[in-house]
Amino acid sequence: METVSRSRCRTSRYFPWLSSPLGALGVGTAREPKRITPVTIQCMDSNDTVSCEQIGVLHKRFKQLSHNEDTLRREHFNAIHDLAWNPIRAQIIEAFFDRRNLIPPGEGSMEEIHLEEFLVVMSHFKPPSLSMTDEERDSVRREKLRFLFNMHDTDNDGTITLEEYRHVVEELLSRSGHIGKETAVSIADAAMLEVAGISMGHMEPDEFYEGITFEHFLKLLNSFEIEAKMNVRFLNMNASTVCY
Amino acid sequence: MPALARLTALLLLLLVAGTGTGTGTADEDGKRGHDGGGGGGGYRVVQWEWTYVQTPYVIAVWLLVASVAKILFHLSQRFTTVVPESCLLILLGLALGGLVLLANEKQLYQLEPALFFLFLLPTIVGDAGYFMPARLFFDNLGAILTYAVAGTLWNAFGTGLALHAAKLMGLIDERVQAGLMDFLLFGALISAVDPVAVLAVFEEVHVNDMLFIIVFGESLLNDAVTVVLYKVYISFVEVGVENVQTADYFKGIASFLVVSVGGTLVGLVFAVLLSFITRFTKKVRIIEPLFVFLMVYLAYLTAELFSLSSILSMTFCGIGANKYVEANISQKSRTTVKYTMKTLASIAETLIFIFLGISAVDKSKWAWDTGLVACTLVFIFIFRAVGVVAQTWVLNRFRLVPLEKIDQVVMSYGGLRGAVAFALVVLLDGRRVKAKDYFVATTIVVVFFTVMFQGLTIKPLVKWLKVPRSTSRKPTINEEIHERAFDHILTAVEDIAGLQGYHHWRDKWEQFDKNYLSKLLLRKSVYRKSELWEAYQKINIRDAISLIDQGGNLTSARLSLPSMTSGASFPDASNVANYLRENGGGVCLDLQVIDNVPGGKVEEAMETHHVLAENLYKPRRRYQSHYSRHFMPAGEKERQDREVFQRNMRSRMETFKSGRHKRHKKERSVKKRRGSDAKDDAGDKPRRNISWQDKDPVVVPLGSDEDEDQGECSDAEKEEDVGITFVAVKPETPKQRPHSVAAAPTGDDTHLPWKGGGVLWPPPCVSLEATKVIPVDLQQAWNQSISSLESVSSPPLPPAPAEPIHPRVGALSRRTAPRPLSYTPPGSATGSSTGSATGSATGSPVSAPPPPPVSVRVPLEKEEGDEEEEDEMRPLMPSLRPPGAAAASSGRRRKPRVYLRSLVTAPPPVSEEPHQRERGPTQL
Repeated sequence: METVSRSRCRTSRYFPWLSSPLGALGVGTAREPKRITPVTIQCMDSNDTVSCEQIGVLHKRFKQLSHNEDTLRREHFNAIHDLAWNPIRAQIIEAFFDRRNLIPPGEGSMEEIHLEEFLVVMSHFKPPSLSMTDEERDSVRREKLRFLFNMHDTDNDGTITLEEYRHVVEELLSRSGHIGKETAVSIADAAMLEVAGISMGHMEPDEFYEGITFEHFLKLLNSFEIEAKMNVRFLNMNASTVCY
Repeated sequence: MPALARLTALLLLLLVAGTGTGTGTADEDGKRGHDGGGGGGGYRVVQWEWTYVQTPYVIAVWLLVASVAKILFHLSQRFTTVVPESCLLILLGLALGGLVLLANEKQLYQLEPALFFLFLLPTIVGDAGYFMPARLFFDNLGAILTYAVAGTLWNAFGTGLALHAAKLMGLIDERVQAGLMDFLLFGALISAVDPVAVLAVFEEVHVNDMLFIIVFGESLLNDAVTVVLYKVYISFVEVGVENVQTADYFKGIASFLVVSVGGTLVGLVFAVLLSFITRFTKKVRIIEPLFVFLMVYLAYLTAELFSLSSILSMTFCGIGANKYVEANISQKSRTTVKYTMKTLASIAETLIFIFLGISAVDKSKWAWDTGLVACTLVFIFIFRAVGVVAQTWVLNRFRLVPLEKIDQVVMSYGGLRGAVAFALVVLLDGRRVKAKDYFVATTIVVVFFTVMFQGLTIKPLVKWLKVPRSTSRKPTINEEIHERAFDHILTAVEDIAGLQGYHHWRDKWEQFDKNYLSKLLLRKSVYRKSELWEAYQKINIRDAISLIDQGGNLTSARLSLPSMTSGASFPDASNVANYLRENGGGVCLDLQVIDNVPGGKVEEAMETHHVLAENLYKPRRRYQSHYSRHFMPAGEKERQDREVFQRNMRSRMETFKSGRHKRHKKERSVKKRRGSDAKDDAGDKPRRNISWQDKDPVVVPLGSDEDEDQGECSDAEKEEDVGITFVAVKPETPKQRPHSVAAAPTGDDTHLPWKGGGVLWPPPCVSLEATKVIPVDLQQAWNQSISSLESVSSPPLPPAPAEPIHPRVGALSRRTAPRPLSYTPPGSATGSSTGSATGSATGSPVSAPPPPPVSVRVPLEKEEGDEEEEDEMRPLMPSLRPPGAAAASSGRRRKPRVYLRSLVTAPPPVSEEPHQRERGPTQL
């Protein structure tokens, strides 16, 4: 296992863009190797980036999911057994194919993704480092929320409309049987009203609330410590657990 | 302050007179009684039977003392914000003990270990376990376990060894005859953080939830370690160190596993039993609470019986059973359980601290050695701090939310020792442990120091360090939604990444719970309710309650309004509110609930803060007026019902928001009650809207979603509150009703029963839920209060004072001037769209089946945006067009607008002037 990760490390040394975007802090790009920044190989044991080892692990997983092909397609995700139970599976899978989640963000969605895209999306979930300035924290926060927002904003018009929100809630409730469908709408509506109340404050009679914009979204989840919550412990993962 | 002091002094005197001297003379009296009976012969009219009633009498008097003491402490606001209650109680105990000692020469009362472990401790632990915020607890379980096990071991060994070293170095006096084992034993009992003390102190400090749960969880879970260490050392001391064999050490380790795992298992077994039992208590509601108490207590006793960790057992029994029990038992039982537990825990805590104080006075029990005391104080503090920092360093490598430096400081400083240590040290056998008296004295000092000094200073410290405090804010619907979405997202990402992390396992557990456990342990009627739905219900109901509660607040405003009909109705309103409040209860996993003894002043201060905050930057919301529910797809009428209810509640809440926090505390209980109610019949609630359109006074239709649910709903209702008659009845014609919902309220305006005179009607916007709780005889009052609410909020109406105002409408127009002329009496508007463009929605009058496509009329908007309005409105009409179609007319932005608008331009206010409703929340 060790050797595998090492070799990945070397690879990423040759292709620095591979590791850099994982910092998800805007260094380098996934799509355009030209914009490589020479810095960026932070294979050391720092919490800041997805380390080489983690890349190795994720690469393994990638191979495993794609059955050793170069690209992942939706059906590969759909085949993940544990995911089958997840009520919002579709949204999450879609997020992996959404160009908006890449760095730099694009438009539309892809049919298949390469390792880089996979890693970039994954990097949204890396835990924040322990020593972060407020500004960094803020940007991490924005970034993570942006990811969430994109996930809900399915038509990419910059707002989460009521319909989209309902869809989200409906999916959330989809695991709980027939009640879900029925109530989802009312919950979503109530939530939407709340958003309108929070973000717009006073509305003139001829004003309309068009949907949750990103700014409103930020405001909405203001008290939500997303930078603390939206993490997956990649560091935890042991290469061996992934490979075998 | 002086008043308080005087009062306390007075109380003390009284008490001593009552208990101290009372008991002092009691024996003599008793004797005399006997003698007299023998010698004097004859019949005595009055007999002195002290010996007969002594025990219960003394207990009752003590409880009284404790309770009165609590009252007194909270007389002065400023005082209690600074000094924690536990300190005051200890001081009171000291004073009492001193007086008793003076009167008696001999200490009559002290903290008996048996009393403590069998009665006082379980009440506190039971309460803590049962109301433990489970999610928070398990999210931090890793950290809690680490601190509880590794931390306690480290403290125990460290303190013991260090004390021994100090002894060898001569820092501790020669008179303290203690060897290594004695010191280790002492270290073991003194090192455990005490749940009682932690609860008492932290509760008033209001640190953030995570910090609290870590410290508190540690104090609960370290019980196993303490018990084992204590027992192992005791046995070592008894057999003598030299006789201890290597095997014994391993036995010690094995016994740790047995004690902790065994205790936990016992607890879980009882949790399952309890949940299972409560599944079948439908017919015997009255003893439901008893089951809860008995089983939880039995879990404790059973663990004690097998000398397992009883605290662990009880805690896990509570945590495990809570979810299912709460869902199974009736609302009233929930309330009973909650209040009884809190009461018992509170009084037990009070007693413990008082007794601690009293016990300290008894000089015969302890011997002082400055060296030992000083060394112990220093060592436990140092080892605690070092242990916390070291463990946190390790933990932070694994934790998603790292524990910061200030957290560590608070955790180190919050390592309070308490009654458990004291009881354990008193239990020591003086013949075997020679230095027992010294240990007792040291323990007392340590306990007093940590509880009093650290307890006193921790609040300023927390403030100074700017430790994030807990907010009493309840999560909004959106936060609930995202919270849950989050769980799934993280699980999914872990799955995709091939990790088997925390989220993965939690998800697995939830599946297991859903598929098997819940099926086994939950009643059929409760099963299948989603959590999100419950949360939604809770919020809903919370809003409703706060709204209702608000009724009382409006009194003055109301008086100034000419439109109000009967001044007399107001008292009734508050009656209703009181009634609701008193019936409050239920459960909420929020940490706040554990605060059964919130330092009154703190609480108040926080509330004040909230009031200010709310008022300052969050003015009322006014999105209301833009609602129309017409765009709802036809055939989904039930949703509309729900929505109507939801919106009503929400908007009302918003309307009254500013006043809401004032009564936050009182409300809370009500909310909780309501909240938990949601669990029982979650899913039915919104359907219970009273449909305003129904004319027939006798039947209040419950909105029916599906027949099945409907059945369930009414079922749940019946099953829930036995003995109260409710007005709510199943809708007769569920099929017709739904239509009207959209526009209904307006049409009805004219006929509003409570206005018109048929007061028997529950007001439209009040959830049936709310009405339900009110016994029939209160219904009237209820209705009146509601209507008065309306009238308060609505300005005098020039055209027709007598005109019934829809309650929601009333709120809407509250700030507005008299009704504009364009106002159309609802009756006339009914069915016909006055301006077809605006589509006057004055929909379905009760009697007539409402026309399916309801148009909403927004009169004022007419002038400015008639055209636009029309365009937008059309899509809203359910059967006419899908919402999307609207977009066509006004370009890209139009579409989203339409949606919300449809949401916002809610139906009922139809008859009202739209622009005037600045604060339209009501109809929501």
